[in-house]
Amino acid sequence: MLAQLAWKNIWRNKIRSLVVITSVMLGIWAGTFIMSYVFGMMEQRLSDAIENEISHIQIHHPDYDADNDPVFVIPQSQQLLDLLDEDEKVDCYSARVLAYGMINSASTSAGGKLIGVNPAQEDKLTNISQFISSGEFLDDTDKNKIVIGKRLADKLKVKIRSKVVLTFQDVDKNIIAGAFRVIGIYESYNSSLEELNIYLNDKDLLRLLGNGANHHEIALLMNDSKEVDAYSTQLSSANPGLKVETWKELSPELNLMIETMDQSMMIFLIIILVALSFGIVNTMLMAVLERVREIGMLMAIGMNRTRLFAMISLETIFMVMIATPAGLLLAFTTIEYLGTYGLDLSAIYAEGYAQYGFKPLIYPTLGVDYYIKIVQLVFITAILSSIYPAITALRLNPVTAIRKI
Amino acid sequence: MSYPQNHTNEDSVILTEKLSKTYEGIVPVKAVNQVDLEVKKGEFIALVGPSGSGKTTLLNLLGGLDSPTSGSVIIHNQDIAQLTKNQLIDFRLRNIGFVFQAYNLIPVLTARENVEFVMLLQKIPVEVRNARVDQLLKEVGLSEQANKKPSKLSGGQQQRVAVARALASKPQFVLADEPTANLDSKTAFNLLDMMAKLNEDEGITFIFSTHDQRVIERAKRVITLVDGSLESDIVKEVLVA
Ligand SMILES: Nc1ncnc2c1ncn2[C@@H]1O[C@H](COP(=O)(O)OP(=O)(O)OP(=O)(O)O)[C@@H](O)[C@H]1O
Ligand SMILES: [Mg+2]
Repeated sequence: MLAQLAWKNIWRNKIRSLVVITSVMLGIWAGTFIMSYVFGMMEQRLSDAIENEISHIQIHHPDYDADNDPVFVIPQSQQLLDLLDEDEKVDCYSARVLAYGMINSASTSAGGKLIGVNPAQEDKLTNISQFISSGEFLDDTDKNKIVIGKRLADKLKVKIRSKVVLTFQDVDKNIIAGAFRVIGIYESYNSSLEELNIYLNDKDLLRLLGNGANHHEIALLMNDSKEVDAYSTQLSSANPGLKVETWKELSPELNLMIETMDQSMMIFLIIILVALSFGIVNTMLMAVLERVREIGMLMAIGMNRTRLFAMISLETIFMVMIATPAGLLLAFTTIEYLGTYGLDLSAIYAEGYAQYGFKPLIYPTLGVDYYIKIVQLVFITAILSSIYPAITALRLNPVTAIRKI
Repeated sequence: MSYPQNHTNEDSVILTEKLSKTYEGIVPVKAVNQVDLEVKKGEFIALVGPSGSGKTTLLNLLGGLDSPTSGSVIIHNQDIAQLTKNQLIDFRLRNIGFVFQAYNLIPVLTARENVEFVMLLQKIPVEVRNARVDQLLKEVGLSEQANKKPSKLSGGQQQRVAVARALASKPQFVLADEPTANLDSKTAFNLLDMMAKLNEDEGITFIFSTHDQRVIERAKRVITLVDGSLESDIVKEVLVA
C-alpha cells in the first residue's frame, strides 16, 4: 500500500520526477561508459604489450638486466628451446640475441637496441611483419639486413635500401662495426619502441658478437594466460641458473596501472553518484516541503513515523530504480556497439596516446561484475539520498503542518 | 490518574481536566484556559466562539495533535499524555476520526482508496475493508463517485469522503474543525444533515467547530468558548428536525 502510494506520488509532478530520473540515468550511463572506455583502453594496452612487445614470460641470464653486457647469455639455450617446443602449454617463443649500440647513417647517428632474431619465430610471437609500412621484414636467408622503426628512419634520414653502420661491443668488449642495409621500416603505436628497436638476423649478430655468444633472451607466449604465473615458477625451478619473469615483473607499471584501475574507477563512480545524490535530495526535499499540509494530515489520521519514512524514501528509491536499468541498458548498448566497431579518437588524440603505447582506436569493454558493482553502488546511493528528505518529513509537526496557510 | 472518581463514567469518551494551552511569545496567548469538559458517547456537539477563541486549539488538544501546557485529556480512560509519539499516532488511528477544513484527502488516491487507506493502516482484511468502504460511501451518498480522485469532486463531496474516511476506523468520536467553512450553505447543510443522521442512526459522536449560526442549530449540545475559557455549555433537550 505504501509502495503504491509512493509510486503514485512520484507522478504528481511528472516533469520534476522525469528530470530526476533522466539525470540519474544519464549519470549512470556516463559513469558506466567512461569506465568501460578506460578498461577497454587498459585491456588493449595490456594485450598489445603482451602480444607485440613483452610476451607472457621472458628468460634471461640473471645478470643480463643489470648492464646489458652481451657476455651474459643463456647457456645451452637450444636445450631449453627444445623443451619449450615440446611443451603444449607454450604457444610460441622467440629466442633473441641482443646488443645495445649506435646506428650511423650517412648524415647522423642514434642509439638503438639490436635484436637478433629468427625472423619466422619473432614474427609468430610479436607479429612484427604486420607493422612493416615499407619494404619487408627479414627472412632466414637475409644477410646484413635490418628492419628499423619509422621514427628512427626519419631521425637518421634513411630509406629502404639505405646503408647504415652498426657499432657495438662484442663479448670481449672490443668495439666492432658492421655495415647493414635497411630492408624494412615498421610503424608501431608505441613510439618509444619505434625509435629504439632494430631487427636483424640472429646469425649476423652472433657472428659479430664473437665466440661464446648465444641467445640473451627467450620470450614466450602461453596458450592460456591464466597459466602464466604457474608456468613461470615451474620454469624457474627447472632452470635455477636463469631468471624467469612474467609480464607483471617485466612491466610493473603496466601491472600497477591495471591493479589500481579498479579502485580509481570505483572512486570515479562514487564521485558521480555523490553529485547525483545531491540533485536527488534537493528535488525530494522540494517534494516534501510542498506537501507539508498533506503530510500533517497523514500523521493526524494515523500514519505513523515508520510508514511516513518508508513512503517518502520509497519515492526516492523508486525513481532511482526506474533510472538504473534504463541507464545501464543505455550504457550496455553503447558499450556493445563501440566494443564491436571501436571508438576512433585518432583525430583528437593519436599523438598523445602513442607516447604511452595506446592506440587511438578504443574498444570499450566492461565485465558483468562491474555492472553488478554499479547496481550495488547506485542502490546504496538511493538509500542514502532517500534518508534526508524522509527525516525532514518526520520532523513536521501535524498541527503546524495543518495550520499552515 | 488524578481526575476525580465522580467524573469517570462508562459513557464518557473524552474527559478533560483543567486543560490549558498557552502559546509562548512576546505576549503569551492563553489559547485554551482551564477547560473541564466531558463528552459522552453519542453526543453531537458544536464548538462555537469568536475567531481566535481557541476552538481549533481545543480540538487539536482533544485529538492528541497538540500537547497541553497543563491539564490532561483522557480518552476512553487513557491519559493521552502518557503515550509516546508513535503510540499516539496509533491511538489516533484507532480512536479518533478527523475532518479538517480543507486538504483532507490524499490527492493521488480515489475517494474509495482514501476511505480504504485508514483501514489499510489498521491492517483490516480485504473483504471486511471492501464491504465497509462500500457501506460508508453509500452512507455519505457517494457510491457513484467512488473511483474519482479528489480533484474531480466538489468541495462538499470531498468533505463527505473525509467524513467517510473519518468513520472508516470505527473511531470513538469524530473531530471536525470547521468542516463546512469552505462550503456554500446548501452544501454545508447537506453535510450537517448527513453527520446528524450518522449520529442518530449509528450513535457516532461528533464534535465540530463552526461559525455558522444555522449549523449550530443542528447541534444537540453547544459549547461556547471565549478567550480560551468555557463560556457556556448548553445541552438541548430535543433535536431540531
Ligand atoms: N501556533 C501558534 N502560535 C501562537 N499563537 C497561536 C498559535 N496558534 C494559535 N494561536 C493563537 O491562539 C489563539 C486561539 O487560536 P485558535 O486557532 O485556536 O482559534 P479559533 O477559535 O480556532 O479561531 P478561528 O475561528 O479563527 O479558527 C489565537 O489568539 C491565536 O492567535
Ligand atoms: Mg480555528
